[in-house]
Amino acid sequence: MTLIERTAAELLALQQEGDATAEVIADAFLTAIRQRDPRVRAFLHVDEDGALQQARAVDAKRKSGRPLGRLAGVPVAIKDVLCIRGTLTTCGSRMLQNFRPPYDATVITRLKEADAVLVGKTNMDEFAMGSSTENSAYQITRNPWDLQRIPGGSSGGSAAVVAAGEAPLAIGSDTGGSIRQPASLCGVVGVKPTYGRVSRFGLVAFASSLDQVGPFAHDVADAALLLEVIAGHDPRDSTSVDQPVPTYSKSLDEPVKPLTIGVPKEFFGEGLDSEVESAIRTAVKEYEKLGATIKEVSLPHSPYAIATYYVVATAEASSNLARYDGMHYGYRTTRKGDLIETYSRTRGEGFGREVQRRIMLGTYALSSGYKDAYYVKALKVRRLIKDDFDRAFAQCDVVVGPTAPTAAFKIGEKSADPLAMYLSDIYTISCNLAGLPGMSIPCGFTRGGLPIGLQLLAPPFAEEKMLRAARMFEKLTDWHMKRPKMEESP
Amino acid sequence: MDMKDVRDVARLARLELRDADLTTMARQLTDILTYFDQLQQLNTDDVEPLAHPLPVQNVFRSDELQPSLPVDEALANAPERIGDFFGVPAVLDPSDEMSH
Repeated sequence: MTLIERTAAELLALQQEGDATAEVIADAFLTAIRQRDPRVRAFLHVDEDGALQQARAVDAKRKSGRPLGRLAGVPVAIKDVLCIRGTLTTCGSRMLQNFRPPYDATVITRLKEADAVLVGKTNMDEFAMGSSTENSAYQITRNPWDLQRIPGGSSGGSAAVVAAGEAPLAIGSDTGGSIRQPASLCGVVGVKPTYGRVSRFGLVAFASSLDQVGPFAHDVADAALLLEVIAGHDPRDSTSVDQPVPTYSKSLDEPVKPLTIGVPKEFFGEGLDSEVESAIRTAVKEYEKLGATIKEVSLPHSPYAIATYYVVATAEASSNLARYDGMHYGYRTTRKGDLIETYSRTRGEGFGREVQRRIMLGTYALSSGYKDAYYVKALKVRRLIKDDFDRAFAQCDVVVGPTAPTAAFKIGEKSADPLAMYLSDIYTISCNLAGLPGMSIPCGFTRGGLPIGLQLLAPPFAEEKMLRAARMFEKLTDWHMKRPKMEESP
Repeated sequence: MDMKDVRDVARLARLELRDADLTTMARQLTDILTYFDQLQQLNTDDVEPLAHPLPVQNVFRSDELQPSLPVDEALANAPERIGDFFGVPAVLDPSDEMSH
């Protein structure tokens, strides 16, 4: 097994036993990036020198016997939505083409304190708005399992990086499924933590009541470790919750007993691909074999989740993105005009179409005369959706179902029809509306060889139980060990 | 949504749209808003709006002085810098000044 196929846990062990240095590991992944990324196009910027420097610093620290962080010498790729001091942070947008933040996001500070090696920034849908990464202003990222297909989105770059063996770990953000859906489509593990579990300080805002940062990894153990490092209260994000972070990685191998799995009947309706459905049904049977009780639950308002989400998310986005006015940072139009013209031209030239569409929708939903019919109405339905989950979790420990209705679709297949693209988030968005933790783990392949993901949802702050339940399935199967065949450029 | 609505909302959003994009935008927004209309089927008369998933209220911290960004760093990303200030387009017409 080559270094780039290893998990983070294995890379940590190799270093501890003196079988590999952080520099050798960084070099192996940087080489993989050079060979593979010209086809996958998952990275927007690779920091070769910085990565090697950080790796050498870890090796020096180890040599001198100083204490090492929990991710010492492990390469991590970062979605280009998180600020790294002095490093380009574009958010996949022309608007931030030359933006170098003057500070680190708290998640980045925690990764640096853990001695992780930050290898680069990954591609994404512009401002995290999209489900295929095709809305990036810079490039189209391809699914490592089939280069003609999308990797999912909006964190498609981060999911593809892990699947392609270009980094063992990556960070993404999830506003409506943007970690779980690409994880599912790329055959990796992705976790969206409870709202408030991970600091959003330094995360470029899309929809502030929905956004969360979370990990991508090859397996549940690595995802648990990375979550443990980035989670926790941050005084600089007043929505981050002041509750201790459990040591997820320690309790991971304890099975949840007794375990009741809730299967929502609404997640198996029209639009669900039959191969995906059969993989999910098989996964539920695996849980039954493990002694879990399977219970059908109902989330009666889930058919309204997409409409609710796209009203709330676009309303919040139209307000958040008002900051891009060409005055303090970011793009400014070169056409001369008065103040309003300068704002409007800057935003007309700097934002891509999907971002413009969502700003328009949100502005409309918040405008006088329509606010009650759209925005306030959606907030009311949001409560009904949350109440559905409260009732479901009174009867079960975790809710299980498909992450996405289909496997990865073809590049260009849905780009002309925004509504069809929105519908691909059908199973992931209610979790964000309710603020719950959720994750996707590999659970099979289509006959065409495309990965399928199993979604687990849990009550707020029940990540520990969710990860343990996911680990039970993973131990029984080897889907997470599969790697795509990658052609290498010379 | 007709073309006039699209222009009105674009003006509110401070967004200059290309004329060629207006028709497509109107059609797509209409499709999406029609989809949103399904929310009206639900009776929500007695439902409290939920703006935020956590039951947190105000979060307070002590009012202590913290270091802030040095001026050069704060201005490093400015599209235009004039001395220690952000350079912006003139808002007032200098020829108006006499009349005030």
